[in-house]
Formats: sequence, structure tokens, C-alpha cells
Amino acid sequence: MTGEISLLTIFVLSVFVGFEVVSKVAAILHTPLMSGANAIHGVILVGAILVAGKAESTVELVLALLAVVFATVNVVGGFVATDRMLSMFSGKERRR
Amino acid sequence: MSQDLVHLVYLLAALCFILALKGLSTPRHARTANLVGALGMVFAVAIAFGDGRIGNVGWILAAIALGVIIGIPAARAVKMTAIPQMVALFNGVGGAAAALVALTEFLATTGNAGMRAATVFGVLVGCVSFSGSLVTFLKLQELMTTRPVILPYGRSTAIGVSVLCLGLAVAVVPTASTALVITLSVAGLLLGVLFVLPVGGADVPIAISLLNAFTGLAVAASGYVLGNTLLIVAGTLVGASGTLLTRMMAKAMGRSLTNILFGAFTPAAIGGDGGPAESRTVRTGTPEDIAIMLGYARTVVVIPGYGLAVAQAQHVVRELADLLAGRGVEVAYGIHPVAGRMPGHMNVLLAEADVPYAQLKEMEEVNPRLASTDVALVIGANDVVNPAARDQPESPIYGMPILDVDKADSVVFLKRSMRPGFAGIENELLFNPRTTLLFGDAKDSLSSLVTAVKQLA
Repeated sequence: MTGEISLLTIFVLSVFVGFEVVSKVAAILHTPLMSGANAIHGVILVGAILVAGKAESTVELVLALLAVVFATVNVVGGFVATDRMLSMFSGKERRR
Repeated sequence: MSQDLVHLVYLLAALCFILALKGLSTPRHARTANLVGALGMVFAVAIAFGDGRIGNVGWILAAIALGVIIGIPAARAVKMTAIPQMVALFNGVGGAAAALVALTEFLATTGNAGMRAATVFGVLVGCVSFSGSLVTFLKLQELMTTRPVILPYGRSTAIGVSVLCLGLAVAVVPTASTALVITLSVAGLLLGVLFVLPVGGADVPIAISLLNAFTGLAVAASGYVLGNTLLIVAGTLVGASGTLLTRMMAKAMGRSLTNILFGAFTPAAIGGDGGPAESRTVRTGTPEDIAIMLGYARTVVVIPGYGLAVAQAQHVVRELADLLAGRGVEVAYGIHPVAGRMPGHMNVLLAEADVPYAQLKEMEEVNPRLASTDVALVIGANDVVNPAARDQPESPIYGMPILDVDKADSVVFLKRSMRPGFAGIENELLFNPRTTLLFGDAKDSLSSLVTAVKQLA
């Protein structure tokens, strides 16, 4: 039970951190921020690896591997797209 | 490997993610912050292979390689104009992954009631996010209509499917039935489609942001099922920050979330028949006429829109602006916060094209100037200058702050055709006697304007 309570604690604290980190973002950064947050939820890749690693039946393995592929696309695509967007902003910073 | 070490690395990764989100909220360190986030992801994935007994390593590595082969070229090749639909797709696959992880873990061990509750949440929300994101992708890519789609009995169907999902979810917890979970997944996919179909036009990006937050919550639920703290922290971070971001975007557009999501279910909200451009007349001008208006003006405000970006006409518009400035005309660009397809999208697009930053004016700054502006030159923008947002309460974009182009002495519209903008509604400003239209691709039209201005005495 204590295990589940600590998971709940982590969840509640994370809600506050989540609200706090984006509370003052400028409108011009909404698109990169959305894309960046999108890349971060690709961390489901870790979960996909864990379930694929202990899959015993073929069905489980296939589903888990599909999750690994999807999650990887989410992670790498998200970070690369965000970086491309931000590189245009930083170019502007340099010229100013 | 020691579990303590694994969890320490997970903590490090969680910190990287928090720093990444924090850094993305200010322009200065945003790019570095994104790299910090990516680094955290590398740590997390690498250490996951030491978390317990991981079999099938060859298969897993092959699946990751496949994901990289698909993801990197896709993200590199995508045009900046297509970023919003790309984000939608990446979000969709993330949602699918979260649903699949929860589903697989459910098949492996049914766990206790608390776990099953988290499983059904992960499966349901992940499925909604996946199918909903696919529909937003189709809308943004214009593979289907961008206008709100109202199915017959759409509202009752959506409510029915929601109730069905809820019932199935509740039934799975005590029964742990695989058949019920699979039915729930299908119902969730259907719900995602029904949820996004009625969202139209400029509201689509807000729906993506909300689905992004949903995926985060589905990831957190999967983390609970697996007892993995990193997934809980990262998923919740995205869920919470995404919810707040959605609210901020909606506010920036003067829209309420309930209106966006459920507005289209009420028949009154479907303004503008969007039919073929009526029989009313519009005034068109030749490039020469317009060059005279521009060349002899004191002040010109350029309003760039998605059409300009699609035509890759940023460099030509700068050439025109430089020419006008050389003639003593005061030129500025008026940037609407949602010009393009997403909040901040136009800033990304213009930054890509090296348009001088000093000439870019935010909406609040440019609106008071428009009343004393001689010519407002609208290039491929429509919805963000539509006065219906100000004075037609029944219009679907009513309440959205707009650029007050109609207050300028004269308005020039460069448009491809009379086809309405992204929101699918007619713009009265086009029929205003003070408005001159020039049809054609933005790049061609601007080039002919450049030539015509050069020929002025």
C-alpha cells in the first residue's frame, strides 16, 4: 500500500510542477512548447521496452513491439521537429 | 543491475524533462533545453534495459531502429508550414503506444483493482488520443474538410459512445475480461473520432494541444500500471502543462474550451454557408493599380498569413517591403498570434525566411496603428482579419481577437481564389468597396507587384 501512496504522491507533485513550468510562456513559443511536450510523452518508450522485455506470448510481444516502434517515432520525431523550429528562433537571436 | 542505480537514472531523466519544459518557455535557452530533454530520454531508454530481466532484446532494438528510421527523416523532411499536422501525428502514435503498453501489461498480469482501473484509463485515453489525432491530421493536411463535421444525431451518438466507454471501463475493473478491454479500445477509437469531427478550422490546433495532454495522462496511467515513477512524472508533467497550455491558447484566441469542443454540436454555431462565392461582386485590381496605391502611400502594414507561407513568398515580400521603404513608405508587418496554423506558427515561418525582426509587430501593437494606415496588404490571410469575429455573434470565430484591417483607409487582398479561409467562413471585408483583390499564388502576385513598383516614377 505504501508503494501505491508514494506513486500517488509523485503524481500529485508532478501536476504542480507541470502547471508551474509553463505558467508564463510567451505566445510565440506555444508551438515549440507543444511539440517539446509531445516529445517528452514519448517516454512511454521506456514502458514499451519493459513490457516487450517480459512478453511471453507472441500476442504480447507483437503488441509491445508495435508500441516500441510508435513510441520511438514519437520520441525522435518530437525532438527533431522541435529542434528545427527552435533553430529558426535562435538564428534570429544571433542577428539581432 | 542495482535497482537503486536504475531509479537514480530515472530521476535524472525526470529532471532533464522538467528543465526541458521550463527552458522551452523562454526563447533564450529553448534550443539547449530541448537537447537536455533529448539527453534525458537517451539516459532513460538506455537504463531501461537494466530494469529487471529484459528479454527479446534483439527484437526490441530492431523495433527502436525501425522507429528511428521512420521518425527522423519524417521530422527532417516536413516543411515548416506542415509542422502542426506533424505534431498531431507524433502525438497520435504516442497515444497508441501508451494504450498498447497498458493493454499488453493487462494481458500479461491482470493485477489488482487499482491497476485495472489505471489500465482502462490508459487504454481508453490512449485510444481517444490516437484516433482523435489522426482526424486532426487529416483536417490540417486538408485531406478532409477543415470545417466542423456534424453527423446526423452526432451529439446523441457521442454521448452514447461516452456512456458505453464508461460502462465498459467500470465493468473491466471487477471482471478483468480481455474481451471487454478490447471492446473498450474500439469504443475509445470511435470516441476520439466523434470528439474531433465537430471541431473546425482555427480551433483544430487547440484540439491537438488537448489531445497532447491526454496522451501525457495515458502515459502516466501506464506508469502506474507498471509501477514506473519516470512514466508517472513525465506523463503527468505533459498532462498538466498541456492542459494549461491548451487553456492559454484558447484564451489567446478569445475562445472557451467548451465552445471549441461542443460549440459545433449546436446548429446555430455553423455560420457561413461556405458555398461557391455567391453572386456579390468584388473589386479586383491589376498589379499596376495596386503598385500605385502602395508606392504613393505613407504607411503600409503587411498582414502575412498561411497562404504567404505556403507559396514560400517570404523573400519576395521582403523585396517589396524594401522597395517601398526606399520610396519613403513606412512598412510594418502585423502578426496575428495564430497566423499560420498554430499559435506562434507565423513567427517560426518568418524567422525561417530572415524577415527583419524589427518590422514584426504583434497584434496589440499594430491594431492602434491600423486606423491611420493608408494600405493594409493582406497576403494569404483570411480568418485573422475577418470582422465577423468582432460583430457577428453567430459566427464560429466570434470572439477571436483579429487584426483591425477594416479600419485602414484601403485594403488589398492577395488571395488564390474566393475560397474561404481555414475556418470555412465568408469574409465580408472582401466585398467592401475599399477593398481591392488580386487573385493568384502569393509569390507570383508579389513578384508582379515588385516589377510594377519598380516601374513607378
